[in-house]
Amino acid sequence: MSHLQKAAACILCIIVLLMVFATILLPASHVRQFRDAPNAGPSTAHPLGTDVLGRDSLSRLLYGTRVSLLLAPTAALLSTLIAAVLGSAAGFLGGRFERIVLAVTDLSLALPWLFLLLTVRAMLPLDVSPMVSVIIAFLMMGLLGWQASVRVICAAARGIRDSDFLLLARSSGCKPARLLLCHVAPNLRSLFYTQFWISIPLFILTEANLSILGLGVMEPMASWGNLLRGFEDFSALGANPWRLVPLILLVIVVMCFQLVLPSQEVTQ
Amino acid sequence: MIKDEKTQRLPWNALRRVLFLFCLGMGGAFLSATLVRFAPGYGVQERELDPRWSAQSIEALRHKQMLQEGLASYYLHYLVSLAHGDLGESASLKRSVRELLRQRLPVTGSSVIRGLSVAWLVATLLASLGLASRGGLYEASSTAFSSLLLSLPSAVVAMLAVQLRAPVFLAIGVVVFPRLHRYIRSLLVRSYDQPYVLAARARGLGGGAIFWRHVLPIAAPPLLALLGVSFTIAFGAAIPIEALCDSPGLGQLAWQAALSRDLPLIVNITLIVSLVMFGANALADLVGSAFSRTKP
Repeated sequence: MSHLQKAAACILCIIVLLMVFATILLPASHVRQFRDAPNAGPSTAHPLGTDVLGRDSLSRLLYGTRVSLLLAPTAALLSTLIAAVLGSAAGFLGGRFERIVLAVTDLSLALPWLFLLLTVRAMLPLDVSPMVSVIIAFLMMGLLGWQASVRVICAAARGIRDSDFLLLARSSGCKPARLLLCHVAPNLRSLFYTQFWISIPLFILTEANLSILGLGVMEPMASWGNLLRGFEDFSALGANPWRLVPLILLVIVVMCFQLVLPSQEVTQ
Repeated sequence: MIKDEKTQRLPWNALRRVLFLFCLGMGGAFLSATLVRFAPGYGVQERELDPRWSAQSIEALRHKQMLQEGLASYYLHYLVSLAHGDLGESASLKRSVRELLRQRLPVTGSSVIRGLSVAWLVATLLASLGLASRGGLYEASSTAFSSLLLSLPSAVVAMLAVQLRAPVFLAIGVVVFPRLHRYIRSLLVRSYDQPYVLAARARGLGGGAIFWRHVLPIAAPPLLALLGVSFTIAFGAAIPIEALCDSPGLGQLAWQAALSRDLPLIVNITLIVSLVMFGANALADLVGSAFSRTKP
């Protein structure tokens, strides 16, 4: 692990700690409106000021960090699980099943990711509670974001299909399901971790895009995407530079996630 | 001899891809028809909520809309309309989907092609310069710059473009560039590290000759495949960029359709975009495989 990777991992740990202790650190509830102080600048009561509705920006940032950093890994876990099952089985079994899985994967990969998400989101009701909107947004990403990982995992599973240890296990009477669970999957574990880590920043960015477009996490729930919606008026940011903090935090987190992985794994 | 056989097989491969694309279109059309037919609220009209209409009248209205028909007959009806170029009517804009696509597709197509040109040009240039000065400060700073751009959501890039009054294609280029830069750079590094390239350099072959004769034939097929993929990335980036930059393209239309739950519109847009993407990817693959067959 290089020094840069260690630094990135430390920054991520600090941000995760902030997220965990957000409840203690919050100056106020993220939905509480200080109606007498809308659009206020930084002060001791509101270190990052307030938004247009008078809500404390720091509280919303910490709460949004918690939402984004809890749910993006959850969605990544779901997509990696789907990819692990499909990719390992396709690579291990080979034949028609592998061809079908790879064809479906190629088709999904050729389709722009946001078009797919928009289509699926349009199928679902828009007038849902904020909590349901959070679940929908991240569940959708988890269920639809497995394609790239499947190709990588399938190729790796294909590589070990004819290995000696699998031949030995097969000749000992090991059933295909057991072979897959006890022999193939453990050998691909590091690849699963890599795909999981790669998916997290992708889902964080996708959530931000969807929320800015009004199709992700709904107000008054806070998320990084929701907080970035306030950037529509960039000219106001010149006078209130502290409003850039959510964007800076998002960029730092995404960059740290990219740095933590060795470069050859990212470019796979 | 083997090369001749491979060249002979090229038209067959092309035909296979066209057939695959056709099957894909049929499958996509079936999926589209299924999604529209079974989506919640399909066929419900505002006047059905009007209390002045009797139950019999509402039933008659529904019958008129052929709501009772099954999926098979609905699909057949959809396919017949599709064959006549009729993609249905947008529920929210009350206009023909075909007409909307004809208006919007050229706008997005132009932005995407110009954006891709900018992104490819800058990415190739920076990757080549980085290769020339390997291990230097330049390489580190260009990698940091592309990582920074990679960490920005495309919607934020779109908002910046609005603020800076930058054209839409430039915003698309900014989103696509870091993805290309990273890949092109690692591909060129790998190609230049091949033993025969080192041998050619040791024999005193010039930089241009090494690039054209030894590096390009190896790097071209994956680069062409990347060209197909970059179309997909650019079309995906077009949604937030066109929506926020108020550019009347396909991305903005898809966003409006998603917000108003206009399923016939968004499903048909997705179908058309998918076919365009599959076509572009298949063409890139075909050119790539043809290139790899003709290489020395």
